[in-house]
Amino acid sequence: MLEIKNLHAKVAGAEILRGIDLAVNTGEVHAIMGPNGSGKSTLAHVLSGRESYEVTAGEVIFEKKNLLEMRPEERAREGVFLAFQYPVEIPGVSTTYFLKAALNAVRKHRGLEEVDAMDFLALVKEKMKLVEMDQGLLNRPINEGFSGGEKKRNEIFQMAVLDPKLAILDETDSGLDIDALRIVATGVNALRSKERAMIVITHYQRLLSYIVPDYVHVLFDGRIVKSGDKRLALELEEKGYAWIEEQLQKTQPVGF
Amino acid sequence: MTTIAQAKTSYQAHFSQVAKELGQDWKGWVRRLRETAISRFGEMGFPTLRDEEWKYTNVALILDTPFQPAPYDVRSLRSDMPAWVSLGSFEGSEMVFVNSHYSPEFSSLGQLPRGVEVGSLAAAVTAEARWVESHLARYACYQERAFVALNTALMQDGAFVYVPEGKVLEGPIHLLFISAAGKGATVSHPRILIVIGKGAQASIIESYTGRQDEVYFTNAVTEIVIGENAVVEHYKLQRESERAFHMATLEAHVERGGNFLSHSVSLGGALTRNEINAILDGEGCECALNGLYIASGEQHIDNHTRIDHVKPHGTSRELYKGILDGRSRGVFNGKIYVHKTAEKSDAKQTNNNLLLSRDALIDTKPQLEIYNNDVKCSHGSTIGRLDQDSIFYLRSRGIGVEAARNLLTYAFASDVINRIKVGPMREQLDQLLTAKFHGGS
Ligand SMILES: Nc1ncnc2c1ncn2[C@@H]1O[C@H](COP(=O)(O)OP(=O)(O)OP(=O)(O)O)[C@@H](O)[C@H]1O
Ligand SMILES: [Mg+2]
Repeated sequence: MLEIKNLHAKVAGAEILRGIDLAVNTGEVHAIMGPNGSGKSTLAHVLSGRESYEVTAGEVIFEKKNLLEMRPEERAREGVFLAFQYPVEIPGVSTTYFLKAALNAVRKHRGLEEVDAMDFLALVKEKMKLVEMDQGLLNRPINEGFSGGEKKRNEIFQMAVLDPKLAILDETDSGLDIDALRIVATGVNALRSKERAMIVITHYQRLLSYIVPDYVHVLFDGRIVKSGDKRLALELEEKGYAWIEEQLQKTQPVGF
Repeated sequence: MTTIAQAKTSYQAHFSQVAKELGQDWKGWVRRLRETAISRFGEMGFPTLRDEEWKYTNVALILDTPFQPAPYDVRSLRSDMPAWVSLGSFEGSEMVFVNSHYSPEFSSLGQLPRGVEVGSLAAAVTAEARWVESHLARYACYQERAFVALNTALMQDGAFVYVPEGKVLEGPIHLLFISAAGKGATVSHPRILIVIGKGAQASIIESYTGRQDEVYFTNAVTEIVIGENAVVEHYKLQRESERAFHMATLEAHVERGGNFLSHSVSLGGALTRNEINAILDGEGCECALNGLYIASGEQHIDNHTRIDHVKPHGTSRELYKGILDGRSRGVFNGKIYVHKTAEKSDAKQTNNNLLLSRDALIDTKPQLEIYNNDVKCSHGSTIGRLDQDSIFYLRSRGIGVEAARNLLTYAFASDVINRIKVGPMREQLDQLLTAKFHGGS
């Protein structure tokens, strides 16, 4: 479904992604871990088409199409969804209005009819249950004054409504209390399917004990330096990243 | 090219013309008022960029066009009066004015409580309506302001609204001013006098419009007297032709415990200048000035407001928002003047501007002049652009870049729009803005 080859990207003149290779197949869940500043969110934003990130080399193929040529809205309509690490507050735009516009843009692209207000409401009610989100939040401006946890639930709720093929969850667990983490993770699990792939970015094994990944990758200084299965996450939890750094220095004495 | 001196002479000539046409129609006291005003205008002349209050707005642009006094001509309108000039069906009264002249044939006054008077100002003068002589030209200062002096000298008609003590109007009164320039460029001087008695309540909409490509000049003056504990909501909707010039002065005089709520929305016009001045001349007055100005292309919109806290315990709130696109230019100048006699005044002013293009420009200038120590006053102004993070967030959900920009632009204006209490007015504005930011819905 997704194939990233030798991806390099710059932000504000600095090279942050320095040759990422990653292949994700339909139905798989990949976890990406890595220290602060290693480039996890940068990768997520580059995949979503954020224009302030400049891709300097490499390619990304999504469903046989060149993802890097598409504008952000086209990627979303093609089925890429990013759950933001820091969801944006947008005063003056109601969540309902926004989400209906988004859903209809996506549906139109997929050759489906636009949903009317009634059907939309029914859909929204069903999906809110998934993350036990309070319906009152829908009438408020997007994320405005939402608590950290409410914002993260809202991201997963939007994902449920928009039904993407590839979901990238950037630290969806941060800012959630233990109960909320369980609820959101249960919601995400309910959205796992053979047709959908997920990239789950996290710092904590805790999330991955709920959302059990098929693969775990370690992103370090703009490169994936280690990949494994779910046991790798446990190992990282136990030993931290220093251990990986040491290993790297052994194999690659130059360049780091 | 007309020089300013030539323009001045030509407006003085309008005066002779008006004086001849009106003959004995208007009362002697009005004739004397006109004469004083035109001679004062002769002394002052037009303001120039050297005047501090006119630093950013060049009236020479208006004076370049040799405007002729507008004829009263409804025939040209009858056949194609567009539906959009009306607010549509709503509870209340609609009075239509063509080139400042009251047009009963287009107006529908609806049901008004006993004692309420609404109608033509010229007719009210002729009929010696009680309140006209004691209030007309007592608030809008023709001694100091050139355009007010011109209006006072050259006014032919406009609206008179009187709501007696204790009466509460259910629906709004809509005063709709239509300019029909006809063949040449014309100028009209609508004059509005609104007198609201003690404890009475009214909401009044003043709107200005004309055909989209016509060149004309509207020079309006509105005086509102708000009696003790009266509540007045005033809405001004300016959607003139994009080639029109619009000058408007509103003077509100608020008495003890009175409440004045003003909304001013400017969308049209090549060059617009709104002056809104409120004098809180009794204890415990409340005043809120809200404004929205949206300009694109080469439009120029200047809003000058002044709130005078004269007596203690007055509260004023002001929120003006501007959206500027293309090569347009906006000016906001908000003065809050707290007199020595106005302890415990509470004033807050905010001006926010959204620039949608590199070439758009705003000059914003809050001015607090405070002569009493026991007061609470604050002001803030911002100039910003659309937030890139917000645009990306919307796009990342599948919303196209244009739609995302429009949605955010509309959102910027939404808090001002939501303060409008008259439903049909808010809905109409919603439509106008959605059309303006097409694709925004
Ligand atoms: N817009 C930007 N301008 C300048 N530097 C940036 C920008 N965005 C990211 N960076 C830098 O790029 C590097 C990688 O940032 P990124 O947000 O991708 O890290 P991360 O792995 O997601 O970290 P965290 O775990 O803290 O979320 C950091 O050094 C960061 O400061
Ligand atoms: Mg991050």
